[in-house]
Amino acid sequence: MKISFNINGQPQSVEVDEKTPLLWVVRDILDLKGTKFGCGKAACGACTLHVNGEAIRSCSFPVKYAEGKEITTIEGLGTPEKLHPVQQAWMEEVVPQCGYCQPGFMMATAALLEKIPNPTDKDIDDNIVNVCRCATYYRMRKAIHRAAELKQANV
Amino acid sequence: MSEQQKTEKKGFSRRKFLIRTSIGVGGALIIGAVSCNPLRRMIAGFANEAELAYNGETKSPFLWFEIKADNQIVLHSPKVEMGQGVFTGLSQIAADELDVDMEQLKVVHATTASGNIDPRSTGGSDSTSGLWQPLRELAATTREMIKQEAAKKMGVDASQLSTQSGIVSGGGKQMTYGEAMDGVTEPEVPETPALKDPKTYKYVGKPIPRVDLVDKVMGAPIFGMDSSMPGMLYGAVARPPFVDAVFVSADTSAAKKVEGVVQIVEEEDFVGVVATSRMAAEAGKRALKVEWDVKKVWQTSEIEEMVKVGKGKEYVIQKKGGSKRILNDPETTITVEFKSPIGAHAQIEPNGAVVSVEGDKATVMIATQVAKYTRGEVAKRLGIPEENVNIISTYVGGGFGRRLHTPNAIQAAALSKAVGKPVKCFFDRKEEFQNDTFRPPTHHVLKAKLTEDGKIEAIEHNVSSGDVAFGSALVPSIAEPILGADIGAWRGGMIQYGAIPNFRTISWRVKLPFATSFWRSLGLLANTFAIESFIDELAIKAKKNPVDFRLEHIQDDQRGFRLKEVIKAAAEKAGYQDEVVNGRAMGIAASTDASTPCAHVVEVSIEEGEIKIHKITCAIDPGLAVNPDQIKAQCEGNILMGMSAAMFEKMEVKDGALKPTIYGPYRMALMRHAPKEIDVVILENTDKPGPVGEPPMGPIGAAIANAVFRLTGKRLREMPLSLA
Repeated sequence: MKISFNINGQPQSVEVDEKTPLLWVVRDILDLKGTKFGCGKAACGACTLHVNGEAIRSCSFPVKYAEGKEITTIEGLGTPEKLHPVQQAWMEEVVPQCGYCQPGFMMATAALLEKIPNPTDKDIDDNIVNVCRCATYYRMRKAIHRAAELKQANV
Repeated sequence: MSEQQKTEKKGFSRRKFLIRTSIGVGGALIIGAVSCNPLRRMIAGFANEAELAYNGETKSPFLWFEIKADNQIVLHSPKVEMGQGVFTGLSQIAADELDVDMEQLKVVHATTASGNIDPRSTGGSDSTSGLWQPLRELAATTREMIKQEAAKKMGVDASQLSTQSGIVSGGGKQMTYGEAMDGVTEPEVPETPALKDPKTYKYVGKPIPRVDLVDKVMGAPIFGMDSSMPGMLYGAVARPPFVDAVFVSADTSAAKKVEGVVQIVEEEDFVGVVATSRMAAEAGKRALKVEWDVKKVWQTSEIEEMVKVGKGKEYVIQKKGGSKRILNDPETTITVEFKSPIGAHAQIEPNGAVVSVEGDKATVMIATQVAKYTRGEVAKRLGIPEENVNIISTYVGGGFGRRLHTPNAIQAAALSKAVGKPVKCFFDRKEEFQNDTFRPPTHHVLKAKLTEDGKIEAIEHNVSSGDVAFGSALVPSIAEPILGADIGAWRGGMIQYGAIPNFRTISWRVKLPFATSFWRSLGLLANTFAIESFIDELAIKAKKNPVDFRLEHIQDDQRGFRLKEVIKAAAEKAGYQDEVVNGRAMGIAASTDASTPCAHVVEVSIEEGEIKIHKITCAIDPGLAVNPDQIKAQCEGNILMGMSAAMFEKMEVKDGALKPTIYGPYRMALMRHAPKEIDVVILENTDKPGPVGEPPMGPIGAAIANAVFRLTGKRLREMPLSLA
């Protein structure tokens, strides 16, 4: 069936089985490869993107629920010229190692900062529950606090 | 002797001896001559202390550097970037000898078609250390070559020219490297010039941000799973859900009817589905009715029974003095046991490949740690020459040894050949967990006797483990009868306290019914957990501080000196103390792996019945620190990955199936488990870079367990560590 939504600010329509996970629509039909496949069961968070500002694990989100919604992927979070505060903080702290899971973490963090602008360590522990096998958690925590500072300074 | 002279000295060095025997290049020795224990121990001793030199092509600058007209220099790396930061380190090294700015230099993965092929693997923590000398020579030679060409074009003698930031200048003239090489088709390769003093380097030694940082922060499509080819179809392969199972046949009638399925491909050893989308391929696979021949329905308890000291084949790999006789008396001998479980790689990017087979040629896009072996395997399957297969390596979404076996490339190639189009075929997560090449379970029996003044008179470490290195394409089968003991399984298992007068290490080899192989640091994590927990117990029995106790048992050679220095540095930086303060206790452990010594001090408390880690202090001596920030990053990652394995991770075999098959049930450390403080101290007690990517994994399990003992009085003898 035909499903329409806005993705990274652009209107988009796809003709696809309505049960198809949004992840595969984004990756294989719209060719936005920044959103990653990790497990297909919403267990690792590598596929995290935003639907109407909410962090969603897109591997388990049927595309039909995206109808009429605003979707943001890592490609729409910021640009190299104008980084999102989360990306800026990730750069400053040199967080990524292999980097595969990092878009999911950055999208989860960006959504968290919209809800809790200045998260405590406990807020971070409770809300950032993705899996990073390189285990970059130590730098990530620093980057999340830094992103909160940058975001507040920008407002 | 200068650094350069030392490394340029040719001869039948220890290093070469190791390569020719254990890794099997050349293989000058005859099996009968070495398959006795003293010679095996000699080889094992070399393998324990050696650093592997890079054994690929290092004489042709053109294979490594491409100088573009716009003055961009492209470095074609035969080593893959899997998070360890190798692209950044190699860029720093190359830029300093090339005399270019880092911004001018771009690193890409060398394709096998380019000819710059790593004969071994990206792994074993030897990328930077192994390429340190050859890459500097290549870069310096390239710089001189550019100068020669510039001299011709400028009409100035090359001796009058100097280089900086990719510009050749002299005699009142200047031109860019790009201009100097523009139109040059057959430049003369000059003699390798003298290398610079590393102290004068502009980039080496500095905490330069990763060169792949922007791509990774912007979500650029750089991974194997992001690869695609025009006209590509999607494949899915049925993989055995059971241990010890072989494909027999498949009823494909239902799968053929699934919408989007293009073709069912039945091969002798597997069945696959090719479809127009990943979803359709997966649906087709689910509709297959596959018959597996399950030779035996295995259980964890049976595996554990196999992996017991005394059950497998016995090889004495280290021996000094007469420990066997001294440790014969049960009255005076302290005997303890430790265990570690089956571990999964659990890297987030699944395995898979995009392959196009056209006639007698094939192109493979894949995240692999072994491009050469992947190429060979695909060529063999297709029955075409290796040179007809081009492996295009991508960034790796987590390596850790999981990409040292790439049957996925063979399967994708077979599917592509069958349908005549490029095919993208990847594992799903359940298949990743069930078809991993696991870290084998281990069992350790340690014995020791203390003297009356609290010194270790004799110590023995028995380690039983499934295979790690054997069975891998990296280690030819001829190595098995030569070495006997699996060099991967006993890694980290030798006694490192050379001042003890009597010791032995005995490796017990067991072949398990599922694939076991390289997992970051191989046997190091489990072996160090066992040995360093035991050393801690002995220190307590001897009523000595565990720092002093370790120091007094380490020998006074260079290797011992470096180990003592990291132990002292970690203890001092952490303010190590034996007493419990405010409900928190400290634990220390240390090991030398692949020539790099590392010590950790861990500070823990118990909160709501769980071990809580507050702070980890790490001291490491990797020698010359090419990029101190990335060395810290590797230490942080090793520490937390090792902590995850030591505290949470465990695979089980239940009714013939490996479980769990998903994150969550396969428990791993998450953000909430990571300590808020990780303090890394870098010592540089040698003048060249050493391994970093695995050595910091070693001491973490024991350091945690030792801290828990001080807090609770309970000695944890099994990973994952549990207070219950």
